[in-house]
Amino acid sequence: MSALDKGRSGDRQPSGVALAGDYWRPEGRLDPLSEKGRIGIGAPLSRVDGAEKVTGGARFAGEFTFDGMVYAALVYSAIANGRILAIDQREAEAMDGVVLVMTHENAPRLNTPPVFLRSPNGAAGDDHPIMQTDRVHWNGQPVALVLAETQEQADAAAESIRVDYAAEPAMTDFELARTHARQPDNVLGGPAEITVGNADEAFASAPHRIDAIYTTPRHNHNAIEPHALTLAWVKAGENDGEDETLRIHDASQCVDLAVASLAEVFGIDAAQIHVTSPFVGGGFGGKALWQHQILAAAAAKLADRPVRLALSRKGVYRVVGGRACTEQRVALGADENGRLQALIHSGVAAMTRHNNLPEPFFQATKCLYAADHIRLSIDVADMHMLANTFMRAPGESVGTFALESALDELADRLGMDPLELRARNEPERDPTSGLAFSSRHLLEAARSGAERFGWSERSATPGRRREGEWQIGMGCATATYPYMRMPGAAARITLTPDGATVGIAAHEMGMGTATVQTQVAAARLGLPVEKIAFHYGDSHLAGSVLAGGSQQTAAIGGAVIAAQRALVAELLALVGQGSPLSGLSPDEIECRNEGLGVLGDDSRFETYAQILARAQRSELSVEADAAGSEELANWSMHSFGTIFCEAGVNSVTGEIRLRRLLGSFDCGRILNPKTATSQFRGGMIMGLGLALMEETLFDPRSGRVMNPSLADYHVPVQMDVPEVEVMWTDIPDPHTPMGAHGIGEIGITGVGAAVANAVYNACGKRVRDLPITLDKLL
Amino acid sequence: MRAFDYHQVADSEQAIEQAVRSRQAKYLGGGTNLVDLMRETVERPQTLIDVTRLSRDIDETAEDGLIIGAAATNAALAGDARIRSRYPLLSRAILSGASAQIRNMATVGGNLLQRTRCAYFYDVATRCNKREPGAGCDALEGFHRYHAILGTSSSCIATHPSDMAVALAALDARIHLRGPEGERQLAITEFHREPGERPDLETELQPEELIVAVELPPLPMAVRSEYRKVRDRASYAFALVSVASMVELDGETIQNVRLSLGGVGTKPWRAWRAEAALRGQPATEATLAAAVDAELAAARPLPGNAFKLELVRRLMIAELSQRLSDARNGGDA
Repeated sequence: MSALDKGRSGDRQPSGVALAGDYWRPEGRLDPLSEKGRIGIGAPLSRVDGAEKVTGGARFAGEFTFDGMVYAALVYSAIANGRILAIDQREAEAMDGVVLVMTHENAPRLNTPPVFLRSPNGAAGDDHPIMQTDRVHWNGQPVALVLAETQEQADAAAESIRVDYAAEPAMTDFELARTHARQPDNVLGGPAEITVGNADEAFASAPHRIDAIYTTPRHNHNAIEPHALTLAWVKAGENDGEDETLRIHDASQCVDLAVASLAEVFGIDAAQIHVTSPFVGGGFGGKALWQHQILAAAAAKLADRPVRLALSRKGVYRVVGGRACTEQRVALGADENGRLQALIHSGVAAMTRHNNLPEPFFQATKCLYAADHIRLSIDVADMHMLANTFMRAPGESVGTFALESALDELADRLGMDPLELRARNEPERDPTSGLAFSSRHLLEAARSGAERFGWSERSATPGRRREGEWQIGMGCATATYPYMRMPGAAARITLTPDGATVGIAAHEMGMGTATVQTQVAAARLGLPVEKIAFHYGDSHLAGSVLAGGSQQTAAIGGAVIAAQRALVAELLALVGQGSPLSGLSPDEIECRNEGLGVLGDDSRFETYAQILARAQRSELSVEADAAGSEELANWSMHSFGTIFCEAGVNSVTGEIRLRRLLGSFDCGRILNPKTATSQFRGGMIMGLGLALMEETLFDPRSGRVMNPSLADYHVPVQMDVPEVEVMWTDIPDPHTPMGAHGIGEIGITGVGAAVANAVYNACGKRVRDLPITLDKLL
Repeated sequence: MRAFDYHQVADSEQAIEQAVRSRQAKYLGGGTNLVDLMRETVERPQTLIDVTRLSRDIDETAEDGLIIGAAATNAALAGDARIRSRYPLLSRAILSGASAQIRNMATVGGNLLQRTRCAYFYDVATRCNKREPGAGCDALEGFHRYHAILGTSSSCIATHPSDMAVALAALDARIHLRGPEGERQLAITEFHREPGERPDLETELQPEELIVAVELPPLPMAVRSEYRKVRDRASYAFALVSVASMVELDGETIQNVRLSLGGVGTKPWRAWRAEAALRGQPATEATLAAAVDAELAAARPLPGNAFKLELVRRLMIAELSQRLSDARNGGDA
């Protein structure tokens, strides 16, 4: 019986937590916090910062102030490619309160920012020079910045600036750009084409074939908090030789990476930059480094004044990238029993020559289904546009729309239940990497979800269920998102007689990180949650953790495991001869009851306070780096789930209203069901938006976004959201910290297809082009 | 947004005096549209005259109709018990628009004067004949999914966005105006203009003229009236197509009918041709189809909004059929 099984079947409530072992190795020991019944883990703790947030006490980046602070406004270009001929700023400069007009002619010299995924320091969305030349690279690029004593003065002055351009031909039409598509040199660091066997041949000879094109539009980020920052260049102190520091309150999901990038841009030492981001009103991949932060810092330097820059909603559309549009082909060849002989998933995504993110729509297809022959490829179509970027489950969210719609089409063709078709193609090992799965219980999640949802009520024939004008159908789709644990995480634990502080340069953007990591640290150190202070969102803290790729939970977990080991080692070094813990090694120890005890011996124990007191220490502080993420080389590691949808389609108007959504997930151990439920639900609601309404109107003639507002860019409103139920297997992954997987992104995956499949089941119309608007059903 | 002068006035007389005295003045109601347009620099008034202190009363008229002060909020009008019982489609139309917050601010006069949400009208970096006559129209070959198919011209296809005005058109509401020359009234269907070559001129309002009230004539058949709106999401979206309708039957003959359309016209669209084709005719499917054909014969759809032709056809037939069915079941109530 493995330790895991013991944990699941045991009656005993474990009171102490031994040090986590080498969970990343094939024969390694699992993290004891993976076991069920661990006090605190799996408890529905309410948000530690909830009261602060709902009472307005939590200060966001645009709410900090500095003495003498001025306000910034941006002027955005109106062409997609070309040169600035002249900027007439005379009127602006004469206006009340105006402190500075900055253009490429007077901006300080700045280095080109390092690009995310291309440089180790890269947090920037693209590698265009920032206000250094007269070149315009996209419609919406900042071409001038105004500083004024009030925001209103800055806005009015920005509006008065006249810019003359010499426009040059621009590639702004995806239909045209895709005819010049190229294969990128990589997709998320991996190959842009993956083949197993000969999929094209196998497809040609398969008895049952589905071959369809699916298209997905551009999406823009619409976090509830538009991007904002407040910053100051803080002068050197009295002592000579001290450098000026750049102090930034930012809304960031990568404080450490932002510091590294800004240091390169301004040619200063990273130690001279301090970024904090205690609260972020939603990130979703959009809150890394874009031009506005760099321009604000440059203008502050030029004007010698602290600056607040808060993007308007429209400003977010002009300077913060979004999800690229895609055109995907899915071709499935199956035998009489529905077994996949060929699986082809290929296509084109819009990109620029200045960023490095081919929308990775084949990610989910890499691991989902056993097929004898597989071919996956992504080409990119270079366009004159704002660089696309990460947006909740980049790749999987739109890729599963294509793949899981095609599966549904195949099931329909074969007259087979769509869940049964998926079950018949459940792989034993990862179909493209050949690795064993660390933890895959997709079929279990699908079965329990189907039972809860009442899937057996679904009619196999479309259009059979009707209530008045409404035709009602059910659909399902598989959800998946990879497990990741990126390098760079470290944690500092500071222990005092009153409790412990855990500090790590990680982020809370509304996911519940601060709450859940407080729970985890409490359980790991044997302390009550009230005695844990979890510090994050500060580049001065230990390590560098990206709140992205759904990896924070594991990354922080790995760092705290390492720091706990260091802390216990230090404590054991402190205990004197008289201690019951004298002479023991960390692996003989567990943390329990606010102290250290000997494993398997309840009588040998000392509290942290006793140990510190005897050593005459008021505190003990240790820092340690997380172990390398070797587990990712040893296993194929993913989260899974099945999304179920019941949709109504109005037979007169084509209106679509979802009636029910259910997500049944397999994401390892769920650490806090309350915050997890919100994450899953939020993702699914975003998926509902992706399915039915989200679409950036990018004018192919001008490259201009024509719906840069929440009135015109539709996201779901309250009335669009039906009952959304979530459930999970809660089976720990034996090879991850806490047995957990990140869950921030999987909720959006599969939803697009589940909705499309439900719409098909309702009315018999197959929509392969997102969003599924009513005109496509008339 | 540019700095502007702001005046609050107590009544319409003061408002007009102030407007005559001021340069580039605009009357300000709830500001839910005008302030947006000022932020986008589409509107650049030098003076705002706040008319929200004008009458917001809803009173009975001598003819058993109602007269609504122009400063009444959309929320107050939608919630008025007399409106809800005597003109239910008006209440429903208002409640189907915007959000509760906006309806609490928006006035009746302002609602009638709200401007199109055409994306090109809103973006001063693009061409728009409504903003700048003769500049050209980027919507014609651009995004025009929300645009009109009726009453359009080669210079403008922008939709009138109001829900309330569509209901008012069906009710034959009268707009009470006051200007430097005195008072006058216009039927709502005469108040808004089709764009023609001058899409910048949206109404018959003269300089400094002000809407002071909206009068609802008595209309017993409106007790069984409906407003149905089809849009891209369940709330907080403009109509793709909306239909305001009411029908009176005499046996199986359509004695009287009112029908107006939203989301498809360059102005709140009274379906005169359809009404004419229905009145006095037998209440059959063929009659309905012929009436709809008559109304839509002049429609000029474009690639991006061609679906509206089918959608409005379906919605008109579904709504008229339902009103006929209601009339049969409801007798003479």
